[in-house]
Amino acid sequence: MSVDVAWSNRPWWRSKLRRQEVLAGYFTILPWILGFLIFVAGPILFSFYLSFSEYDILKPPKLIGLDNYHEMFEDRLFWQSLRVTTIYAAGAVPLAVVVGYLLALMLNQKVGGLSFWRTAFYVPAIVPVLAVSYLFAWIFNPDIGLVNGLLRQVGVEGPPWFASRQWVLPTFMIMELWAAGGGMVLYLAALQGVPSSLYDAAKVDGANAWRRFWHVTLPMTTPVIFFQFLIGLIASFQLFTGPFLVTQGGPANASLFYVLYLYRNGWKYFNMGYASALAWVLVVIILVFTLLSFRVARRVVYYESEEP
Amino acid sequence: MRAPMIEGLGAPANVRLLGQRLLTTTRWRRLSTRLLLVYLPMAALALVYTAPLIWLVGSSVKPESQVFEYPPNFIPRSFVWANYPDALVQFPFIVTGLNTLTIVAGVMVGRLLTASLAAYGFARLRFPGRDALFILVLTTLMIPYHVILIPQYLIFRDLGWLNTLKPLIVPAWFGGGAFFIFLLRQFFMTIPREYDDAARIDGCGFIQVWWHIVMPMSLPALGAVAIFTFMGEWNDFLAPLIYLNTPDKQTLAIAVEQWRRSSVHTGYNHQWNHIMAVATVVTLPPLLVFFFAQRHFIQGVVISGIKG
Repeated sequence: MSVDVAWSNRPWWRSKLRRQEVLAGYFTILPWILGFLIFVAGPILFSFYLSFSEYDILKPPKLIGLDNYHEMFEDRLFWQSLRVTTIYAAGAVPLAVVVGYLLALMLNQKVGGLSFWRTAFYVPAIVPVLAVSYLFAWIFNPDIGLVNGLLRQVGVEGPPWFASRQWVLPTFMIMELWAAGGGMVLYLAALQGVPSSLYDAAKVDGANAWRRFWHVTLPMTTPVIFFQFLIGLIASFQLFTGPFLVTQGGPANASLFYVLYLYRNGWKYFNMGYASALAWVLVVIILVFTLLSFRVARRVVYYESEEP
Repeated sequence: MRAPMIEGLGAPANVRLLGQRLLTTTRWRRLSTRLLLVYLPMAALALVYTAPLIWLVGSSVKPESQVFEYPPNFIPRSFVWANYPDALVQFPFIVTGLNTLTIVAGVMVGRLLTASLAAYGFARLRFPGRDALFILVLTTLMIPYHVILIPQYLIFRDLGWLNTLKPLIVPAWFGGGAFFIFLLRQFFMTIPREYDDAARIDGCGFIQVWWHIVMPMSLPALGAVAIFTFMGEWNDFLAPLIYLNTPDKQTLAIAVEQWRRSSVHTGYNHQWNHIMAVATVVTLPPLLVFFFAQRHFIQGVVISGIKG
């Protein structure tokens, strides 16, 4: 719009049209600004304040300095929940990315009936957590579950899955893998977006299938992989519903996920101050992960628009 | 790899013919290796992925006598459809189902209106501080929900909104969430400005351009937002768990979980066919949305990078 360029040295309030535009602009974002102040900024500041207070909901909050954070250091369950969540994230996230990516690679082999296969792998990802939890709680029940039932048929006594301290986290990881089709759809879209000219050029240069994958396919899809990895990591640290429904953190706190512990402190014991402090530690963890991931990404992820 | 490759090299017609015939003879071998290396593993994996789903639906219509049969049967030998009404009358299914739908609708309308309005402002209108505010929007993406959960809870308690659906709906009317603003803004940026200009010349105001031009042209993106809102709210567990206490106000998921817990105590524990019937009912709406809007669904997943 050439007209704008001519106007750009004039301050906006000198022109009626620009005044209207600015007003309309603020009008459009007004709901968000209000929401940000009332439901985000305000609560964040208050939560920061609460994390230094003792607050049981009935009496007004009382400042107690760093006591909540001190208590955390000595709280065995805090460390346990951190350990559980970290182990789970370290296992489930890479596994889900790898499985999802492999499924996508498989479906990208110009297979017949693509939409049928895609649906078969994707549908489990849209089954609600509630249903998945009940289903898996039963399937992986050590005594009456389907999996051990099938294993028994071939003469193997299966592990106790959700019922044992060693197996409960791997079983949750399997539950997560069942939804790997969600990531698959994204990887598949990315794979289909790789320009075929790149493959043709690689073939002319004599690259075999493996080298074409390693030097063309993988680099071209790293942005999506990275994004999924980061999102998965953040989501794992906030995991709540599955563990809440299946194990309630048991057995013996072996699946006490971080947010489960936060929920317990806030709404079971009404230690709102301590729960706020836990929430703030979660903020820091997620922030650190995000920044770290972007640091790693700068070396690993390839963006087409960049010059090498 | 295939015929087009030779064509691409610009071979003369007779050579191309020879090349194609040669490829046809090797094609048989290729087909059989593909069958072995691609289709067979894929079918096996698809079976693993769909088996739990078949088990879920199959068990929901089994008579109690067949639920624990050994060896396990995926397809029931007789169908007991009465499992569904029998299970659903054990908790307030209609009321809580309507509550969930009310939340879905309330959040959806609020989010579609206010997020798209803000996205329009950020994408199209020029006003002082716009870019800084947009960065603020993106920053809020990193804030975990759990850190604002406690103060939000206290705000709604002071407003007297506990045990009403308002805490679950009202925040969506204030911008609808940073992620959706971002998603819609990205989409709006792809709509040519010439349409806006034409409408402006015809006498549309800035806000009218949003409603009459940008919104109708963004139906795919709005559809994606609607679908993800549906999936998100249908799956939401933590917030309804915290805000809603009485059966007439609860959401379907919460009511189902309470029913399952209480039936554990009253000895209904082993009625897995009933639990699976309810789980199937909970799974049905997202599945229907998926099958009726499959193309938009997958497209939406790809646009947004959410897995559903």
